[in-house]
Amino acid sequence: MEVRSLRLDDYYSDNTIICRCEEITLGEIRELIRKGYRSVDEIKRISRAGMGPCQGRTCRQLIMQEIARFEGKSLSELKMPTFRPPTKPIKMEILLGGEKDE
Amino acid sequence: MNKRANVVIIGGGISGCAIAYNLAKKGVKDVIVIEKDYICSGSTGRCGAGVRMQWGTEMNCRLAKYSIEFFERANEELEYEYDIEFKQGGYLIVASTEKEETQFKKNLELQHSLGIPSKYLTPKEAKEIVKHMDESKIRCATFCPKDGHLNPFHATQAYANAAKRLGVEIMTYTTVTGIKVENGAVVGVETSKGFISTPMVVNAAGGYSKAIGDMAGVDIPLYPERHQILVTEPVAQMQGPMFMSFSLNIYCQQTPHGSFIMGRGDANEPKDFNINSSWSFLEEMAKTCCELLPPLRKLNIVRQWAGLYEITPDRQPIYCESSEVKGFFIACGFSGHGFMFAPVTGVVMSEIILGEPTSLPVEKLHKDRFLRGEEVYEPSVV
Ligand SMILES: Cc1cc2nc3c(=O)[nH]c(=O)nc-3n(C[C@H](O)[C@H](O)[C@H](O)COP(=O)(O)OP(=O)(O)OC[C@H]3O[C@@H](n4cnc5c(N)ncnc54)[C@H](O)[C@@H]3O)c2cc1C
Repeated sequence: MEVRSLRLDDYYSDNTIICRCEEITLGEIRELIRKGYRSVDEIKRISRAGMGPCQGRTCRQLIMQEIARFEGKSLSELKMPTFRPPTKPIKMEILLGGEKDE
Repeated sequence: MNKRANVVIIGGGISGCAIAYNLAKKGVKDVIVIEKDYICSGSTGRCGAGVRMQWGTEMNCRLAKYSIEFFERANEELEYEYDIEFKQGGYLIVASTEKEETQFKKNLELQHSLGIPSKYLTPKEAKEIVKHMDESKIRCATFCPKDGHLNPFHATQAYANAAKRLGVEIMTYTTVTGIKVENGAVVGVETSKGFISTPMVVNAAGGYSKAIGDMAGVDIPLYPERHQILVTEPVAQMQGPMFMSFSLNIYCQQTPHGSFIMGRGDANEPKDFNINSSWSFLEEMAKTCCELLPPLRKLNIVRQWAGLYEITPDRQPIYCESSEVKGFFIACGFSGHGFMFAPVTGVVMSEIILGEPTSLPVEKLHKDRFLRGEEVYEPSVV
């Protein structure tokens, strides 16, 4: 059976929003990669991509693909970004213990 | 690879980058910064990036004032293409004990004598500045409108980019593994990418500075201590100043982006390199925050992390050339306030390296003070 290959280029343009929480486009990510920021952690710190409420659930993978493409590496050769708790946003008052939830 | 340099700086945090920039600005060629991960991967990228002039010793007031005046013009001086996001919303420091109140009044007198525009506030006046605070929890407060906070990534990158434009080489993902000393003087640095011969090495390795000292046979009295911090979802601007209390153990700021960042210390932390996050921090932080700033209880926490303070016996930094090994320079031990002193670190270390008199009063911060029993105590530290 012939397998179709989906080319990223056809689907993502420079205007595509990569990080929806912080509204960062693929074009901005590509620019940062060109400037020498070559890991998800570095790109996150300088652009805020992945710092929003979803904590990079969507953009992390896409940014890694862009870095891999730019450097001609496979995803497995890249340094994995740091995952930080909490896994889901948690309301401050939930942590107070003994207090009623409204 | 066999390289040579005039000065090798170990550490790509804000200290190392500021030192590199100042050396290059003074015309020093062949300066190399070595960073084991990426720029800002150490404490700098994990810090609250708060800056304040409200200190309790003349030295710290002067140094902090110099730093803040630099940050005010840093975008221009460093010709930074983005923005270091210096928000001068002031620091509101609240007192909850009598002892604190007495100390704050002394601090204010000192600060005023040095031209620092801080002032005394009653609980009611304090509440006018931070409307969502519970003023019944405090005795009084002090406020300085020039204090504030920055974006630590951008501030460091601004120094790094300016240094690079002036010819500094920054080697990231390169680890220093040894320092070669011959006849009591530095001759080179061993790295994961080969040997670099150099007569001068600067130890700006943050929490790892003690290990770097050991490589040169120089004992640095320093231990790492984990400090944790959290960030919430962004909300509309509602808090201008950094809100801080020493006795209640909290600092809390709202960034220009809208998220709240808050942290506290824990006196029972073991002295090690652990930078994992703990659940108990979230609980304690939430408790203190909701007590003092009740409306914030509705905020969602999106992320927590931790970083290292590098603590000296008197909780003040070390700036000097080692008396034991010629060409081994030390800029570490910031004990939780190295971000705000970075502009000072850059200037005075470049002067010390070039053998010039220092333009700011840092003579007391030589490492040998610990041998002589001349520690410098500062009453206002977190
Ligand atoms: C939670 C928290 C909150 C803070 N809040 C504030 C604040 O509000 N205001 C303030 O002024 N300060 C604050 N601080 C303190 C501040 O972060 C530090 O004092 C400051 O960032 C120190 O900068 P540095 O460049 O000296 O060290 P670092 O930023 O730690 O840089 C040292 C670098 O050296 C590198 N390195 C180490 N060993 C080697 C090696 N062998 N080879 C190569 N590279 C190496 C590390 O990777 C690291 O990047 C806070 C700290 C923490 C942890």
